[in-house]
This record gives sequence, C-alpha cells and structure tokens, in this order.
Amino acid sequence: MVPYIAVAAVLFSLGLFGVLTRRNIIGILMSLELMFNAVNINLVAFNKFVWPGELTGQIFSLFIIVVAAAEAVVGLAIVLLLYRNWQDISNDNINVMKW
Amino acid sequence: MILSSLIFLPIIGMIIVMLMPKEKEDLIKYVAVGISVIPMVISFWLTYDYFVNFSGSAAMAYMEGPYAWIPSLNVNYHLGVDGISVPMLFLTGLLSTISLIASFSIKFRVKEYFAFFLLLEAGMMGVFVALDFFLFYVFWEIMLVPMYFLIGVWGGPRKEYASIKFFLYTLFGSIFMLVAILIMYFTSDPHTLNMLELVEHGGTLSHTLQMTCFIFFFIAFAIKVPVWPFHTWLPDAHVQAPTAVSVILAGVLLKMGTYAMLRINWPMFPDALQTLSFWIAVLGVIGIIYGALVSLAQTDLKKLVAYSSVSHMGYCMLALAAYGSVTAMAGVLFQMISHGLITGALFLMVGVLYDRAHTREISAFGGLGSKLPVYTALMLMFSMAALGLPGMSGFVSEFMIFVGAFSVLNQYLVGIAVLGVVLGAAYMLRMFQNVFLGEFNMAKWGGLTDINGRELLTVVPLAILTLAVGIYPKSLSDLMSATLENLVQIMSR
Amino acid sequence: MTEHTYLIVLLPLFSFLTIVFALRWKEMVSAVFSVGMIATSLLMSIMVLIETLGRHGDYYTAAFSIVELGTFKLQLGMVIDPLTAMMLVVVTTIGTCVEIYSIGYMKDDPRFSRFFAYLSLFLFSMLGLVISDNFFMTFIFWELVGLTSYLLIGFWFEKKSAADACKKAFLTTRVGDLGFIVGLMLIWFYCGTFNFTDVFAVIGAGTVPPIIVTFLAIGVFCGAVGKSAQFPLHTWLPDAMEGPTPVSSIVHSATMVAAGVYLVARTMSVFVASADASMVVAVIGIFTSLMAATIALVQVDIKRVLAYSTISQLGYMIMALGLYGVDTANGIHSPGFYAATFHLMTHAFFKSLLFMGAGSVIHAVHTNDIMEMGGLLKKMKITGPTFLIGSLSIAGIFPLAGFWSKDEIVAATFGHPIFTVLTLLIAFMTAFYMWRLCFLTFFGKPRVEHRYEHAHESPNTMSYPLIFLAFMAAVVGLVGVPWLPHGFASFLYHGEAYHPHWAWMNLGISIVFGGGGILLAYLMYIKGVISPDAMMNRFKPIYNFFYNKWYFDELYQAAIINPIMAIGRWMWTFDAKVIDGAVNGTAALTMWWADVKFWIDKWIVDGAVNGAGFIVRSMGALLKYLQTGRMQFYMIFSTVFIIIMILLKFEIAHIDLDWPVMTALFIAAIGLLSVAAKFVPDEVSQESENEK
Repeated sequence: MVPYIAVAAVLFSLGLFGVLTRRNIIGILMSLELMFNAVNINLVAFNKFVWPGELTGQIFSLFIIVVAAAEAVVGLAIVLLLYRNWQDISNDNINVMKW
Repeated sequence: MILSSLIFLPIIGMIIVMLMPKEKEDLIKYVAVGISVIPMVISFWLTYDYFVNFSGSAAMAYMEGPYAWIPSLNVNYHLGVDGISVPMLFLTGLLSTISLIASFSIKFRVKEYFAFFLLLEAGMMGVFVALDFFLFYVFWEIMLVPMYFLIGVWGGPRKEYASIKFFLYTLFGSIFMLVAILIMYFTSDPHTLNMLELVEHGGTLSHTLQMTCFIFFFIAFAIKVPVWPFHTWLPDAHVQAPTAVSVILAGVLLKMGTYAMLRINWPMFPDALQTLSFWIAVLGVIGIIYGALVSLAQTDLKKLVAYSSVSHMGYCMLALAAYGSVTAMAGVLFQMISHGLITGALFLMVGVLYDRAHTREISAFGGLGSKLPVYTALMLMFSMAALGLPGMSGFVSEFMIFVGAFSVLNQYLVGIAVLGVVLGAAYMLRMFQNVFLGEFNMAKWGGLTDINGRELLTVVPLAILTLAVGIYPKSLSDLMSATLENLVQIMSR
Repeated sequence: MTEHTYLIVLLPLFSFLTIVFALRWKEMVSAVFSVGMIATSLLMSIMVLIETLGRHGDYYTAAFSIVELGTFKLQLGMVIDPLTAMMLVVVTTIGTCVEIYSIGYMKDDPRFSRFFAYLSLFLFSMLGLVISDNFFMTFIFWELVGLTSYLLIGFWFEKKSAADACKKAFLTTRVGDLGFIVGLMLIWFYCGTFNFTDVFAVIGAGTVPPIIVTFLAIGVFCGAVGKSAQFPLHTWLPDAMEGPTPVSSIVHSATMVAAGVYLVARTMSVFVASADASMVVAVIGIFTSLMAATIALVQVDIKRVLAYSTISQLGYMIMALGLYGVDTANGIHSPGFYAATFHLMTHAFFKSLLFMGAGSVIHAVHTNDIMEMGGLLKKMKITGPTFLIGSLSIAGIFPLAGFWSKDEIVAATFGHPIFTVLTLLIAFMTAFYMWRLCFLTFFGKPRVEHRYEHAHESPNTMSYPLIFLAFMAAVVGLVGVPWLPHGFASFLYHGEAYHPHWAWMNLGISIVFGGGGILLAYLMYIKGVISPDAMMNRFKPIYNFFYNKWYFDELYQAAIINPIMAIGRWMWTFDAKVIDGAVNGTAALTMWWADVKFWIDKWIVDGAVNGAGFIVRSMGALLKYLQTGRMQFYMIFSTVFIIIMILLKFEIAHIDLDWPVMTALFIAAIGLLSVAAKFVPDEVSQESENEK
C-alpha cells in the first residue's frame, strides 16, 4: 500500500505548497482540491488494506467529494464577489482583516 | 383622620405648589400660606377639642390605626396625641404659618422654597403624632431633607457649611436612635414597634440594656435639643438660615428633642433614668450657665439669640432630670412652648431689622428706640419675656422648673442654675442697650423704617400668646396635667 | 370697698393700656387721664383705709389659681390689713402728686405720653405688690416694678449714662432676686404653699428646721436688699438718678425702694422665727445706713445726696425691722416693727417732697451741682420753704413727721448699745448733709451768676404738689404721737401692739443730734467758722474714700463684671475652638480618612483592575501584529504549529521539557513571531497599489 500512500503524500504536499504560495485565490482553491483528493486516496487505500470488505472509507471519500464541491461553489461565489467589488482576486490585496 | 390630615395637607400643598408655574411667585406665596392655614386651624381646633373632651385623662386621643403598613416587620401606621403632643401641634401649626408669612421676602427660587417648607411642616407634624417607631423615624428623617436645602440654598454666606453640619450632626444622632430602636424591636416578644407597648416593655429590660438604649436615644435627642456639648451646630445653622427657617428651627425643631425624650426616652427606661438623672441635670445646668455666658460675649444678634436658646433649653434639661415632679414636667412643656414663642419671635424681630439694615452686628446699632418706637416696644417685650419677666410665659416656665426641680434634684445644683436668671437678664439687657438705647446715628440709620403690617402680623400673635400663657398659665397647664401625672407615675415606676 | 380693692390696682393698668393703645398721640389727654385714674385709686384707697381702721382682723379674698398641677398651685389673691391699707394710701397719694408734678416737669418732652404710661404701669405693679397675699404674686409684681424702674430710669435713653444706669439697676436688683427665688424654692419645698398666712403658720409651728428658716428668711431678705438698695447691692440707686426727677421721687425714694422694707415687714413672721436671720438684717441695715450717710456727706450732686440719704434711711428701717426680729425672737417686746413702718410712711412723704423740690431747683437752674447754686430761697418762694420743711423733717426736728418716726427707730435700738450709738451718729450725719445741701442751695450768695439769673419759680402743676407734700411731711407724724390712745402703734403692729410712751430723754437726744448736725452745717457753710476746704484737705484720704462711694463701683467692675465678661468671651472662644473644634475635628478626621481610603481605592483596588486591563492591553498590543490579514500567513503559522505538535507527539525530536517551560517557550515564540511580524513589510500590497 506504500505506493498509494506515497502518491497521496505527494499530492497533499503539492496541494499544501499551492495553498501556501499561490497568489491567485482560484489557484488556492484548486490546490485545496488537491489536498482533499490526497485525503480521499488515503481513505480508500486504508480501507482496502486495513479493513477489506468494508466500505467506510469509500463512503467517507464520497462525502468529502460532495462537501468539496459545495465548498468550491461557496469559495468561487466569494471570489466572484471580490472581483466584482475590487476587480482583483490576488490575495495579497485582500488584507482588510489586518490589525 | 384629623391627625392624618395634619400630616397630609401640607404634603398636598407641596404638590400643588410644585405644579404651579414658577414665574407666578406671588401666587405661590399666597397659596402656600393659604394651605398652611388649614392645618393651623385644625391644630387650633384640635387643641380646643382636646381641652374640652380629653384633657381629663392620660389616654391617647384621636387614635388612628394601627393600620398594617409593612406587615412582615409589624410596622404600622399608628397616630395619636395626648397632653404633651397637643401643645406641640398647636405650636407647629402656628409657627409654620407665621414663618411662611415671614418668608415673603424670599427673592429667588420661590417655588422650591415654599414646597420645601410645606414638606418640613408635614415632617414636624408627623413627629408629634407618630406612635409607631418606624413612622416616627421616617418623619424624624424626612424633616432633615427640606431643612438641609432651606439652609443650604437660601442661607447666608456660610450656608453650605452650616447645612452640612446640621444634616450630618443630626444624622449622626439618628443612627444611634436607629440602633436603639432595633434593640427594642428585637428584644420585644412578639416583635413590635408600637411605642405604647414598648413603654411597657422597656421597663422589663435588664439594666445594662436599658442604659445602652437610653444613652443611644439620648444622644440622638440631645443633639436635636441641643444639650451641651452637642450644641455647636445650632449657632451656625441659626446664623446662616433665613429668618423663617430660624424660627422653625428654634420654635419647633429643638422641641422635637425634648418631646422625644418625654415620649420615648424617659418613660421607657425608668432604671436608666434613675441612674442618670443627676448627670442629665448637670448637663442642663452647664447648658444654662454656659449658654448665658457665651451669649454675653456675642456680637451678632442672631448668634446671641441662638446661644440663648442653648441656655433656655438647658432649663428644659434640668427640669427633665427632675422627672419625679409634675411641676417640673409641666415646667418642661411650658418652657418648650414659651421658648418656641419667644425665641421664634426674637428671630423674626432680628430678621425684620436685618431686612432693613443688612447687618446683625450689635455694635453697628444704637439708639434705635427713638426712631423705631413700635419695633423697640415689641423687642423690649420679647427681651423681657426671654429673661423671664413675670406676666410672660418665660417666667412661668422658669419658676415651675426651679420650684419643681428644687424639690426633687440636688438642691445646690438648682441653686447654681438660678444664676442663669441674672446672666439671662445680663445678655438680653446688654443687647437691648447696645441696639436700642443710647445715641441714634441719624446719618447711618436715618433711612430705617418701623416695622410694617405684614411683619406685625407675624409677631403680634406670638406676643399675645406669650402674654396669655404668662398671665393665665392655667389654660395650658390644665391641658396637660392629667397626661403629666400619668407620665410621672410611669417614669417613677 | 375693701372687697373691690383690686380696682385700685387695675385702674393704673387701665390707664397704661389706654394711653399706649389709644391716647398716645394726645399728650395732655393722656396726662390728665392717668392723673384721673390714679386720683380715683387714691380716693378708693382712702376708703379702704377708713374701712380697715374700723375693722378688726384682716380681709382676705379667695385666691384665684393661675396654675394648678396636683398640689402645686400658683395663685393670685389679696390681703387687706393695716400695712396694706397704709401702703395703698402712701403709694396712691405720692403717685397722684408725682403725676401732677410731672405735667409741669415733663412739659415739652417728646415722649410725654409715654412717661405717663410708664408711671401708670409702675403704679399698677407697685399697688399689686402691696395687696399681694402670697409670695408668688409678690414676686410677680416685684419683678414688674423692676421692669418699670428700668423703663423709667432709661426714659432718656439717648444719654449713655441713663442707658447704663437702667441696665445696672435691673441687673443689680436681679442679683437680689436670685436669693428671693432660692427663698421661694425653700418655701415651696418646706411649706408646700406660697400663701403668707399658711407659710407663717407652718414656720410658726416649728416643724421646719431652724437652719432652713434662717436660709429662707435670708433668701427673701436678699430680694429686699436688691430692691431697697442695701449693701452690697446699693450701687444702682445713685445711678438711677439719671431718670427724670419725678421718677426718682416716686420710684427711687418713696415707693419701689421701700418695697424691700415692705417685704420684710410683710414677712416679719418668718424673720421672727430666726434670730440669726434677723441679726443679719439688722447688721446689713445699720451698715448700709452708716455707709450711705458718710457718702452723702461729701456729694455735690443734689440728687445723689438725696439718693444716698434714701439708702441711709432705708437702712434705718431695715435695721429697725431686724432688731425687732431679734428682740421678738428673744422674747423682748420691741417697737421696731411699728417704728420701721411708721418711718416708711413719713419717709415716703418727706423724701418724695425733697426729690420734687430738687427737681424744681434743677428745673430752674439746669444743673445738679449744688456748688453752682446758692441763694435760691429768694427766687423760689414755694420750692425753698417746702424743701426746708422736708429737710427739717428728715433731720428729725420736733414736731415734724420725721421726728416722731426717727424717735421710734432710736427707741427700737435700745437694748443694743452699738446700734444705738451708730443710729444717733447717722441721725447727726443726716441732719448735717441735708442742711449742708440746704445751705449751699438756698442760702448764701449765688456762686454762679448766670444760673441764678435764670432761676425762676416752677409752674403751679409743680408747686402745688410740693405744698401738699410739705404739709404732709409736717403733720403726718402726728398719727403716731405717743399720747394718742389709738395711734399708729395700735393700728399697725406685728404680733402684739406696742404702746410707745413719752420719754423726755428720747426727745432730748433726738433734738440734740438733729440740731447738732444742722448747727455744724450752719457753722461750716454759712458762718464759715470751720472751713469745708480745710476739713477736706486735712482728711483727704477719708474724703476721697467717701467721695468715691467707698469705691464700690470700681470694686464690682473689677471683681465681678469684668471677670464675668471675660469668662463669657473665654467661653465663646472655648466654644468655637474646643467644642466646635471637636466637631469640626471629627469631620476633618473623617475627611482625612476618606482621603486615605480614596488613595487605597485609586491605587490598590482600582489599580488591580486597571493593572489586569493594562496587561491584557499590552499583550494585545503585541499580539495584534500576528493579525496580518493574510490568509496564507495564518496557514503557514498553523502548519508549522501542527508540524511541531506532530514532532512532539511522536517524540521525534526527543525534547523532554516540563509543561511550564514549554508554555513559556511557546509564549516566547509567539511573542517573537509577532514582533517579527510587525517588521514584515507590506511590500506586495504596496506594489499592487502602485500598479493601480
């Protein structure tokens, strides 16, 4: 199962790197999806090798896919609004929450 | 109903005055006087009716209640009068109206002044009719508030100092009273605040407890009287207060102290009274002599009258110490009445002069007798009354006090007290000589006018009463004799 | 008539009230009205006297209570006995004369009506005092006469001397009244009544301890000492001469000052019960009499001479009463009582005559100083002779009134040799100073011309009363002549009537001493055989001592008045500094304590609260820099933190630290981080802004 986990780890790290470094919010959202998927791979793989015959991991990853989709919808809606208001979706400029 | 009306009519009057537009100052004055006339007439009628129907017995008359007020604490609305409170009500009713008339010279904040004054009247009436400790305490404290403002707002140059001193000093005493009331309340079974029941109860207390309660009550009342050495608020308050307030202060407020002693302190704690009566007499004698001597050195007319009050109230204390003698007790009441009439009148007279001359320095005047004959004649009359000339009320009271006290108390002590008669004459005559006799300073006081009609209206009733009580004291003594005889028995039990 | 005696008293009161309230502005009407009233009183008094003469026993009214409290009663009532009847007549007679005299004397005074009002009030009080049947009522009127005396002495109150004098008179008599009040208290305490007859009965029964009776009697006598200007309270009477002369004539010679004598006579039964008290009375009387006579020898103010003469004569009467008490207590029958009351009556007449005559003289020459008079007899054909009659009478020259009564006083001292000698000496001095006065005033040459020039006889309203009183002063003594079977002695007595007998020796002594005094005065002031100035210089210290009235005024001023005033001022300072200081000190202490509490409250209690807030604030001030607003910073932060946690969890780093150290490190790390964050420049945002 190591290859599965290795793929998932690489994917997660890629996603994490993307989240931490991307300037574009759309990009950040996309990187997030990568991280979700890394988690999904882990879930499915562990389910297959640790408790074969059970579907818990698969079901859980399905949930995550659904929630991620919803999350992407909300996130994109926010981005849309940001753009509409500021004509900019670069996260460097979105610092109104600063002290 | 009748006693309640004495309390609540002034309160209604106060509300009416408060609802009136403040620009209509004259109207406010007339309305306030008009309203205060009603309780005055009621108090006169009450005196007459009491004399005719109730003066034969010592029982409380015109009882109202007890109506439950705060049932959980057994606090009741309970009123009643007897031979010692009826004359006080008479005095309160009369002096309130007279002072209100004398207040017409108030120039600013007229509405507030008259409203406060009516509240003051309600409080005074309440003290003299309350038979429930709680009620008594409430009225006792209620009076402080208008008095504080009356001195503090409409007073002289040092009014703030005087009013705060008056307020705090009295309040200081009231706290002792409150503690004593609570002791009485919690030692009684069932817990009661009814004074009449507590008179019975007080005698059953242990000696220590009696002494404690007695001294606590005594401090509260002695400050009000004022007994030497608690007297220093008095000159300040008198000098700073406006004329009418001085009249009420001397005429009624001081009497509340002695009244409360007669009503509460003395009959409730016979053992303590017996133990302490000598020392009370000593305080009284010190007050007489000391007040007179200090009066002798005064340079301000009002302060002189104020210190003479200390001396005169000293006679009351001396007589109060002679609790075994009906004569002395009658002397106390006579002295209370006559001091109220005479000193009230003296303050009014000083106020008349002050309104014209804007000074009260004795040395500033001289020879007014040739310019103001009517004023001088009245002042002479009141001075003579104050120094105890026969034919005026002051003589009767002093005589009764001396004779009564002599037969009960230490006779040397009373002998010393008699010196007050000479000293009293000395300071009154000294004042009279310096103000009214001698050369008249035409350049300085040529513009002075004699006493006017409104001012005569305020002093002449007092003059007539002073003479009436002095010439035929029986009218007053019959009113109170039954009550006093009963009281003496209770106190000597 | 006797049962309506109270009307005699009330008429002057009515007159007073009417003048004050109705007639004040009509001067002559007030005067006539008040004269009419007192004259009516006089007529009624005479009727009462006549009825009393014909009646055996005294007349009492039912008492009228003005206070009743159990056994304590204060009552008004009247007793009409010979003493009362005599006094009523004396007072109303002299009252009438004085009021008529005043119409002339007070003419042009701006307060003319008021004078008559005061006089009426005085007569009311005096008459009330006379008819009183108990101590209480006596005391009432006793004080009222004091008041009217005050008013009348201070009648010309613009003069400072008058204003001082009236105050002095009132206060000095009040000092005497202290004793009176103590006496009254003792009477009430031991007798239980104020009524004269009851008190006398109780004291006569002997149940009261003798020492108490003595104190009681002396107490009552104190009142008399004050009113009758006896030593040591005599100083007010000469000053009282500042009042108008008619006042001196009635109030301060004939009636009010005699009230003390009257009181002692009235309460004689009390003194009789205590020989000690009576002895005190007698000694005070003789000493006063002697002292006043010596002072009168050298005075130059005509009224003051008469004033000291009054004191001296009153001392005579007091002494006679005292000796009567002593003798009676020892069981000896003495004429003292009758002598004193007799002298009281005759003295009233001749002394009021002398005062009125002096008033007439003053009216004429406008000075009181006898050294500025002289030779006035030629100018004053009525005043002069009447005054001389009065002077003869007081000198005790046969057969004038003073002779008869003074004789009896001398007789009363027999049995007490010292008293006899002194009494005769005083009689001698009296004759001397009275005639010194007469010679200086009426005889010789005028010493100040302009005063003499303007001198004139007084108007009829003034001279007629003089004539009448001169007549009385001459003949009134005849009622007491020894050979009259039912004379004064059998009319007015205490206990048992005394029957005086005719004694040639007595007569001789009296005339020798009286005549001797007059002769000496004649030799000194008319013949100039003995030079007054030489005498004066030879006995300079004694002269000064007498002239300055034995320095009593100075003594009292220094020993009593000044200390009392000083004590008063001291007490006032004490009051302001110590007693009020204690009150204010308490307040100040409370205020100080409040300040302390306030400090504690501000810096400690509130300090803790504010301190907590401060710490939180300062931490917040530091940590806020972590709040960069950059999402990715937060994420890095949490990622790093999670990585650290994971490392720790799996003990990969093998860091083994206690939790406090861990926490501290953690906090320090966060702090460092936030400080670092503060200095992270916001480049990117600035760039993007620049792009815009």
